[in-house]
Amino acid sequence: MSIWEYANPVRFMRTSAVLLPWVSVGAALCLSVGLIWGFFFTPDDYRQGSTVKIIYLHVPSAMMAINIWAMMLVTSLIWVIRRHHVSVLAAKAAAPIGAIMTMIALATGAIWGQPMWGTWWEWDPRLTAFLILFLFYLGYIALWAALENPDTAADLTSIVCLVGSVFAVISRYAINFWNQGLHQGASLSLDAEENVSDVFWQPLVLCIVGFILLFVALLLVRTRTEIRARRLMALKLRERTA
Amino acid sequence: MRALLRRDLALAVRAGGGFGLSLAFFLILVTLVPFGVGPQSELLGRIAPGILWVGALLACLLSLDRLFQLDWEDGSLDLLAVSPLPMEGVVATKALAHWLTTGLPLTIAAPLFGVLLNLPIPGYLWLFLSLLIGTPALSVIGSFGAALTVGLKRGGLLLSLLVLPLYVPTLIFGAEVVRRAVDGMTLLTSLAMLGGITMAAWALLPFAAAAAIRINLR
Repeated sequence: MSIWEYANPVRFMRTSAVLLPWVSVGAALCLSVGLIWGFFFTPDDYRQGSTVKIIYLHVPSAMMAINIWAMMLVTSLIWVIRRHHVSVLAAKAAAPIGAIMTMIALATGAIWGQPMWGTWWEWDPRLTAFLILFLFYLGYIALWAALENPDTAADLTSIVCLVGSVFAVISRYAINFWNQGLHQGASLSLDAEENVSDVFWQPLVLCIVGFILLFVALLLVRTRTEIRARRLMALKLRERTA
Repeated sequence: MRALLRRDLALAVRAGGGFGLSLAFFLILVTLVPFGVGPQSELLGRIAPGILWVGALLACLLSLDRLFQLDWEDGSLDLLAVSPLPMEGVVATKALAHWLTTGLPLTIAAPLFGVLLNLPIPGYLWLFLSLLIGTPALSVIGSFGAALTVGLKRGGLLLSLLVLPLYVPTLIFGAEVVRRAVDGMTLLTSLAMLGGITMAAWALLPFAAAAAIRINLR
C-alpha cells in the first residue's frame, strides 16, 4: 500500500467519493463556526476597530493562494517525473481555485486597506507580489485552455509551473528591493515575539482550517470532474474511430 | 551553430519587417508617451528611465512570436530537431540571433530616444549599459515563451500573458539602475543583480525552452 496507488483513476474516484462528503461537511462546519465566532464574538481591536475582522477572510485566502501554487508545483513535478495523470489533473483543477483565492486576498486587502492606510491600492511589495502571482495563475490557466492535446497541455503547463515558481520567488525578492512596504510583516509565526492576540488567534486558526478543507473539497470535486471529462473524451474518440 | 546563427540573422535582416519593426515600434512608443502625460520636460525626464525600459521590453516582445513560428510552419524546426545540434543549442542560438537583431539595436537606439524624453545627462551611459546587460535576458526568457506557444495558431496574446510576468525582475533591476544613476545614488547592486538574472536565465532557460519544443514536436 503506497500513495502511488491513488494514481489509478478508478482508485482515486472510489476514495475521493468516500472522502468528499466528510471534507465538505468539515469545511462548512469550520468556516461557519470560525467566521461567526470571528465576526460576532471577538472584541474590536483597540486601534483598528471592527475592521480587524476582515482578517478571518484575508489571512486564510492569502495563505491558500501561495500554498495552492506550491501544491501545483509538487503535482506538476510528480507528473513530469512519474507520469501520473491524476496528479496533473489535480494541478489543473487547483489553478482556478488558487486564482480566486488570490483575488479574494487582494480584494479583502483593498477593503481593509482603505480605512486603515487610506488607500485601496499601494505598490507595496506584498501587494505587488500577489498581483504578479495572480498573473502567473492566469497564464497557467490560459495555456491549459489554449492547447488541445491533453498530454501536450499537461507537459507544457507543468514546465510553466516549474519556471513560474522560480520566477515568482525571484520577483518576490526583486520587488522587496524595489519598494518599501506598508504591509506588516508576519504576525502568525510560531517563533515571533509579537503575534496576533489569542482572542483573534483561535477563530483565525479555525478559519484557516476551514479554508484548507474547503480547498480540498473543491479540489476533489474539480479533479473528479476532470477525470470524468477525460473519460468522456476517450469514449467519444472510441465511438468516432469505431 | 554558427551556420544557424548566420541563417537566422540573414532571415531577420532580409525577410523584411522583423528587424526594423521593433525599433520603429520603440520610437512610436516613446513618441506617444508625451502625448499621454503632457510635454513638461521635467516630468518626462523623471519618468524617462522607466518608459525607455518598458518600451524596450515591449518592442522585444513584439518580435518573439516569429522566433520559432516560421521554422515550425515550414518544417525547418523538425530538421533542426534531428540535426546533431542539441535542441538546447538551437534555442540558445536562436535567442542570440533574436538579441542581435532586436535587443542590440534597441540598446544602441535607446540613448537617442532618451534625448526625446529629456533623460538627465548621468542616465545615458547607464541606460546603455543596463540595456546591454539586461536585454539578453529578455530574449532568452522570450524564447522560452515562444517555445511554449509555437504549436498554437494564434499564440501571440497568450505569449504576452506568459512572458510579461517573467520579465518583472529584469525590468525592476534594469530601470532601477537608470533611476539610481539619474538620482546620483550607488547602482552597482542593481547592476550586479541584473547581470545575475541575465546569466542565470541564459544558463537555465534554454533547457526549459528545448523541453517545450520537444513536447510540441511530439
